Amino acid sequence: MIPVAFDYKRAGSADEAISLLAEYGDEAKLLAGGHSLLPLMKLRLATPSVLVDVGRLADLSYIKDAGDHIAIGALTRHRDVETSDLLAAQCALLQHTAGTVGDNQVRHRGTIGGSVAHADPASDLPATLLALGATFVAKGPGGERTIAATDFFKGFLESDLAADELLTEIRVPKTPGAGWGYQKFNRRAQDWAIVGCSVIRNGTTGVALVNMASTPIRATAVEQAIAQGASAKDAAELAADGTEPPSDLNASPEYRRHLAKVLVRRALESAGL
Amino acid sequence: MKVTVEVNGTTQSHDVEPRLLLVHYIRENCGLTGTNVGCDTSSCGACTIHLNGESVKSCTVLAVQADGQKVTTIEGLANGEQLHPMQQAFHENHALQCGYCTPGMIMASVSLLDEIPNPTEAQVREGLEGNLCRCTGYHNIVKAVLAAAEGKVGAK
Repeated sequence: MIPVAFDYKRAGSADEAISLLAEYGDEAKLLAGGHSLLPLMKLRLATPSVLVDVGRLADLSYIKDAGDHIAIGALTRHRDVETSDLLAAQCALLQHTAGTVGDNQVRHRGTIGGSVAHADPASDLPATLLALGATFVAKGPGGERTIAATDFFKGFLESDLAADELLTEIRVPKTPGAGWGYQKFNRRAQDWAIVGCSVIRNGTTGVALVNMASTPIRATAVEQAIAQGASAKDAAELAADGTEPPSDLNASPEYRRHLAKVLVRRALESAGL
Repeated sequence: MKVTVEVNGTTQSHDVEPRLLLVHYIRENCGLTGTNVGCDTSSCGACTIHLNGESVKSCTVLAVQADGQKVTTIEGLANGEQLHPMQQAFHENHALQCGYCTPGMIMASVSLLDEIPNPTEAQVREGLEGNLCRCTGYHNIVKAVLAAAEGKVGAK
C-alpha cells in the first residue's frame, strides 16, 4: 500500500515546525514516529499534502523531574518511557502502560506526543494520561499554553490542538507508592485494546477507559462510587455508565460494556481497592 | 528528494519520492530482497530491520525518515560465510519452516537480545509478539533465541 503523494519538510526546530504548520495550515500533518499516521496514509484514510517531520527534534525527547511533576518531551519514544527508572519510581502506571503499546518494533518508533495528538480512543496512553490528570503543553505562533487532559480530547481522532500548534510536553503528577492498574483486552498480542482501563489511587481514585467512546473517557460513575466508599466489585458495575462504545469487527457495544465492567474491577483490584 | 542511508555498512544514495516506504527502498533501490513484505500494516513483523541498531517495521517508516541513518538488514548480519550466532541458532534449532517470517524474526531477536541479553522464555515470547509465523513454528523459534542467548550455538 502506497500513500498519496505529498511534500516532505523536515523541521530543524520546534519553531520551524510551527511556522511550517502556519504556512500550510490544514493541508499539513506533523510526522513524529509515524506509527499512527503512516498506516492511515497507506490506507488513504489520511491524505495530507505536506508532512512536517519533527522526528529529529532531539531536544523534545526527555523525561525530567520538574519538582512537583514529571515532564516528558513530546518526542520521547514509548521505549524510553517503558524503560525509564524515574517513571518506574514516580509514575509506574505510565511506565507500565507505555510497555503495553504495540510491540517492541512499534515502541522503538512511536512517541508519547504522537499518541496523544493522534487522540485515538483505542490507544493506551491517552486513557492513562486522563486517569492521571496529566497536563499537555502546546506551542503555537502566539506562544505556549497548557491544556488539561480532561479538556484535550474532543472527538474521534480530534484534539484541542489548533492546526498550527505543536504538542511539546506532557506533565504527569508524581505518584510514588500509589496503587495502580492497567487492564487491556485484545485478541492478538500487539493489537489495540478492544477495551482497556487505567486506574490510579493517589488519595482520590482516577479511572479512565480505552475504546468505550469516540474519545478516551473518565469513568466518572465509578470514581464517584469509590469516593462514597463502594467496593471494587460494586463500583465496577457502573463502568459502562455514560459510555458510547463503538461497534466494529472485534466487538459489539454490548460486549464492550461487559468487558468494561470486568476490566475495571480487575484494574481496581490490582490498584489495591 | 535525495536520501543517503548507510545500509549494512555501505553508503547508498538515491533520489526518491517522499512517499517511498523504507521496505521498498531496501528491496528495490538497494536490491536487498532478504527483507520481506508481509502484511504491510505493521502487524506481522516480516519486514523488521534495524534502524540505528533497533528493530523497526520498515513497512511503516518512510525512506526519507532513514536519511542519514544506519540500516541493517538480514543480509548485513553474517560475516562473510560465517553466520551470525542468531542465524546459526535458527539453523540448528529448526526454527524455520516456510522461511517467510525468518528474516524479520531474526532481526527482531537480535534486537531483543541487545536489550535483554539473558531473557527468560516468557520475555522471549513477549519480545517477539510483533512477529507472526503463519507456520506456527514459535516453539523452535523461542528455543533458538534462548540458545543464542546462552551461547549454545555451533556446538555440533
